[in-house]
Amino acid sequence: MIKQERMKVVAQQPIARHIFELTVEGGLVDEMAEPGQFVHVRVADSFEPLLRRPISVASIDKENNRFTMIYRAEGRGTQILADKKAGDEIDVLGPLGHGFPVEQAEKKAFLIGGGIGVPPLYELAKQLNSRGIETVHILGFESKQAIFYEEQFKALGDTHIATVDGSHGTEGFVTHILNELPHDFDTYFSCGPTAMLEAVQWAYPQKRGYLSYEQRMGCGIGACFACVCRTTKSETDYIKVCSDGPVFPAGVVIS
Amino acid sequence: MIDLTVKIPGLELKNPIMPASGCFGFGKEYAQLYDLSQLGAIMIKATTVETRLGNPTPRVAETSSGMLNAIGLQNPGLEGVYHSELPWLEQFDVPIIANVAGTTTEDYVDVAQEISKAPNVHALEINISCPNVKKGGITFGTDPAVARELTRAVKEVSSVPVYIKLSPNVTDIVSIAKAVEEGGADGITMINTLLGMRLDPKTGRPVIANITGGLSGPAIKPVALRMVYEVSKQTNLPIIGMGGVTDVDDVIDFLSAGASAVAVGTANFVNPFVCPEIIGKLPERLHELGYDSLEELIGRSHRL
Repeated sequence: MIKQERMKVVAQQPIARHIFELTVEGGLVDEMAEPGQFVHVRVADSFEPLLRRPISVASIDKENNRFTMIYRAEGRGTQILADKKAGDEIDVLGPLGHGFPVEQAEKKAFLIGGGIGVPPLYELAKQLNSRGIETVHILGFESKQAIFYEEQFKALGDTHIATVDGSHGTEGFVTHILNELPHDFDTYFSCGPTAMLEAVQWAYPQKRGYLSYEQRMGCGIGACFACVCRTTKSETDYIKVCSDGPVFPAGVVIS
Repeated sequence: MIDLTVKIPGLELKNPIMPASGCFGFGKEYAQLYDLSQLGAIMIKATTVETRLGNPTPRVAETSSGMLNAIGLQNPGLEGVYHSELPWLEQFDVPIIANVAGTTTEDYVDVAQEISKAPNVHALEINISCPNVKKGGITFGTDPAVARELTRAVKEVSSVPVYIKLSPNVTDIVSIAKAVEEGGADGITMINTLLGMRLDPKTGRPVIANITGGLSGPAIKPVALRMVYEVSKQTNLPIIGMGGVTDVDDVIDFLSAGASAVAVGTANFVNPFVCPEIIGKLPERLHELGYDSLEELIGRSHRL
């Protein structure tokens, strides 16, 4: 169920260039289940900035009633969020949307992420591993300074890093790594820039895959019709990224 | 116990608060969060004769204390709304105000005639003010003679009272209000969004795919309030006021300016519980201000 709650900031720290890791605590965590769902965060109590910010959930800690978000502080709203300190409160609406269907993976899964699309794959990797699924992580970043959670992913399975400028790992994009790896997996899950999702989709037309999309959002719950995409399923209707997604099976979204 | 009920043509409201059209879909999303029967009424998303896909994305952009939108009247069409959305809403004890949009007089007449027959539709809101569609919409709302004739045509076929939704994108909103009054309107809803735009400083290009969009949110409240004040002074029609309402004192302001009921729009996106929260706070706030009823408050800004 969707809840709105003033959650307590437990910790916040920068973990890469412009990238922050923020952990909050509260009863809303009880409602979280699927990796890939997101929360809609109000960064100020005033109406400036006005709209909430959609942020993905990087890990869920049910035992301690906490969850962690990882986001890039690049706009007005996320810069305000980056100033929050332990003990502060933030207004969180969530969990929202439909996440990754972990039950679809059989034995081995590829988790393919790009930049700020990487965080939800961490909770996904944790949940898949706890179900006995082997996970291979293929993660792309701009440069060495932008990389985060490399060690955390390595602890869960094989992890391959690509950087656009070649400052760490393979030079180029995740697709360069994918070309070198055997296709010995049954399911792939991906989150990142739309161009990357397209490339991943084309790389594995025969495989079962799930892609998490991003769109400029208003309400985050499906009422405002801001975050729509065309779909292969209907010529007369759109799908909404916030409430129908953000995760869709491969081949559904026309981007 | 302070009486919050409001009686205006076609509508016996439990309280004066309702979500504004386009900010609440057809209610399904918010029904996951609270019981919609708490609301005074619901203004559902605009309905056109045919299904409309709406505009390309990006469709929204944030601005200072506000937002621009250019959704483009995406809706499932008259059939879908009449046979699916409206019957679903019947489970709630809440009157529906159906927002009617179109590009020709015939469109408006066709939708109004049919949708007004739905048992839970107690009033129509005629959208002559959508700034985000290429044809129709706002052109009906900017010329008094055209607005009057459209009102007449819709009144002739509607089974329920007709409220006309006015556009703020005019030089003299009072002349439009008077024209729809002459045309037989039962009430006015105001204001729709203000035309605006935002550019990307890196590229110089408009952020919204439609180039321009409608500005809403707290940024427009002073404009809305001024217009409600002027129209309530110079016409006898009941007004459902809206524009930047976020809390109970905004509601007090609109009632004081002359509105009989108040719609909440963009604030639903920021705080999805804003409508029930305002309804909960209203009795206490009225009491604090020394009023026993809503009636005493309505239009008090004119009694100076």
